[in-house]
Amino acid sequence: MALLQITEPGQAVDPHDRKRAAGIDLGTTNSLIASVRAGVAETLPDIHGRHLLPSVVRYTAEGPVVGSDALDQAALDPHNTIVSVKRLMGRGVEDVRSLGDQLPYRFAGDGGLARIETVAGVVSPVEVSAEILRSLVDRASETLAGDLDGVVITVPAYFDDAQRQATKDAAQLAGVNVLRLLNEPTAAAIAYGLDTGDEGVVAIFDLGGGTFDISLLRLRRGVFEVLATGGDSALGGDDFDHAIAEWLINESGYAGEVTPRQQRGLLMKARAAKEALTDSESVALSFNDSGLEIDIRLTRDTFNELIGPLVDTAIRACRRSVRDADVELSEIDNVVLVGGSTRVPLVVSKVADFFEAEPLNNIDPDKVVAVGAALQADILVGNKPDDEMLLLDVLPLSLGLETMGGLSEKVIARNTPIPIAKAQEFTTYKDGQTAMLIHVVQGERELVADCRSLARFELSGIPPMVAGAAKIEVTFRVDADGLLAVSARETSTGVEASVEVKPSYGLTDDEITAMLKSSFDHAAEDAAQRSLAEARVEAGRVIEALGNALAEDGEKLLPPQDIEMLQQAINKLQELVDGNDYNAINEGTEMLGRASEEFASLRMDAAVRKALAGRQIADLSSEMTDNEV
Amino acid sequence: MNFNQNYFEILGLPLVFDVDLGLLSDRFLELQKEVHPDRFASRTEQEKRLAMQWATLLNSANDTLKSPLKRAIYLLQLKGIELEDNPRLPPEFLMEQIELREQLEDIEGSEANLDDLAVFKKEVKAVIRSIEQNFSKTIEDDLVQAETLVYEMQFLNKLLASANQLEEKLLDY
Repeated sequence: MALLQITEPGQAVDPHDRKRAAGIDLGTTNSLIASVRAGVAETLPDIHGRHLLPSVVRYTAEGPVVGSDALDQAALDPHNTIVSVKRLMGRGVEDVRSLGDQLPYRFAGDGGLARIETVAGVVSPVEVSAEILRSLVDRASETLAGDLDGVVITVPAYFDDAQRQATKDAAQLAGVNVLRLLNEPTAAAIAYGLDTGDEGVVAIFDLGGGTFDISLLRLRRGVFEVLATGGDSALGGDDFDHAIAEWLINESGYAGEVTPRQQRGLLMKARAAKEALTDSESVALSFNDSGLEIDIRLTRDTFNELIGPLVDTAIRACRRSVRDADVELSEIDNVVLVGGSTRVPLVVSKVADFFEAEPLNNIDPDKVVAVGAALQADILVGNKPDDEMLLLDVLPLSLGLETMGGLSEKVIARNTPIPIAKAQEFTTYKDGQTAMLIHVVQGERELVADCRSLARFELSGIPPMVAGAAKIEVTFRVDADGLLAVSARETSTGVEASVEVKPSYGLTDDEITAMLKSSFDHAAEDAAQRSLAEARVEAGRVIEALGNALAEDGEKLLPPQDIEMLQQAINKLQELVDGNDYNAINEGTEMLGRASEEFASLRMDAAVRKALAGRQIADLSSEMTDNEV
Repeated sequence: MNFNQNYFEILGLPLVFDVDLGLLSDRFLELQKEVHPDRFASRTEQEKRLAMQWATLLNSANDTLKSPLKRAIYLLQLKGIELEDNPRLPPEFLMEQIELREQLEDIEGSEANLDDLAVFKKEVKAVIRSIEQNFSKTIEDDLVQAETLVYEMQFLNKLLASANQLEEKLLDY
């Protein structure tokens, strides 16, 4: 088992050309950043040597504070200290209220995106996440002595479109180049180097503080195919703590109302007990606060009884996913444990029993996702051009449209490999109907009311026809990050409407631009500097990519005059880059991109032909033997 | 990229119903390795867009060709036949379907329902396979018959889906 990916000779990029890339695990409770250095992927500590950054942001009149310093003040300044912001990403005020009263924030506005009032003004979850990202990225820039060229950010596999979009928006706000949003379980599989191992099916069992994720991946020819993902977004180690706390209250015989303070105290005790029971057979618990008094010993057996039903819920989800993936249990040869809650012995044993395999847990389950993300970022940024590993991800939740009677008609089923595009035809139901409301939903349930509303938009200008005569084709496009765009057109007349699915609970592009601007307004010069720097980076990327492509395939695919033309265009952009006009650089970058479009297309076709030709020779011989049999 | 190529051409497979699934999967993976957007993550916007289009096309092609039913419908489409929403089917086939549906309902109430259901599913799958074999021959010379066979496949696949749903219910997923 390759725990660390050692760069092999001949495979490495010239050290001077090495790009700075990082993987970010943006977690509910803690976040981490990792990078590949000297061939080894490892999480990066802060100046105090701490790897985990508590995902907490405290807003003060002087500005935001992130991490441990913010966490320390959470109890004293609950209104301005935002914890577990991941649960609010891509969520509306109503959703957030349904999360319970455990959130002490003052939510601003009514309906729409959840926003929180703080002493520093109203903030959205996207902005809070951007602060966490900024803190991590700054840490990496210092450690790696330079700005990052790109990052991979992990998201839970069950994250819906709104939540993924919100995560990407946060990255944009933090000014980082996102190479890919990566599903957390897939990152874990990469961390274990399973991509370099034998062919087979891998299960990733990820039990965190508040969420549970199960994914089944198939590895074949260096390609990871996500076969199925499932889980429970409201099941985690926190529930173990609650089970212990409840048990404590019952055993104490306390009949009064439990105050929030007592509850907090009990949960802290419960958590400590749970952690102690990982190595001990029993643990002493004592609690005394305002009449709620108890001294008791909790054995591991009792603990197992308390949490048994919770763990069984997770195992049921595993069985469901195995079925979804259409694999036999005996085909699953590796099980990877992720998330702090997989340290609980009962979890390990139940997982081992179910999958009939000893689970892998020798990489710190809190760090494994960030490590995998770093390995993937290193590949995507171009540091390992010969790496064969490829991930083929799937859509985690079905996408559909609302039809008559409040039913959801699925357009793309869950677990469909992405990127994907699918069109479905609908029709009008009234004579002379000239407009149609299109409501995009995500989820598995039949009723729209039980699915997640992603967006509503209207296709208007349909020519009046009898009911059922108009043909409205709605196309869903999901990109490799799992993000959706929807367009609709009436096929007999060509009337069109399209939306980037900026979900019901997302930020609009204008809002993001405004936020970016306002953060620059404080220093107009900074803004110009940053725009110029960004324009230069992008131009540099295009020049380098095209230069490499020309060196490789130019003579093979293009007539000399075209090579000459592209070379001149490169030189011209290079001149602009040396200047200070960022608008001119951006225009030049776009021009060069357009000029090279044909070449890019030729290269792609050539690559496809080569892949097919290479295979065909091998197939020919196998077909011949087949015929003989 | 030539979007006019059909899925068989894109994956370099002969235009027949009997597809070698192993070969299909190999081709699909080899091609995705070349064109997937992850191979172009730090390249120009144009290349990224092209990669996205190619990967999408490959996913659609693989999705269509690996399922016998989708593959059959696609082959008919290539021959210019669009399926009807309410096809007319031979009465004896419909009678058979009603009987099979009744059998499934009986299984739900029976004692050893999971075992019975397993037998039932096996039988349905066998029927589907024989229709597929039949289709493989008729698609070459009798398109009217081939179309009818696809409708029959659709019926039986829906029946199988119902059987799977019942199984999930009985297993309490």
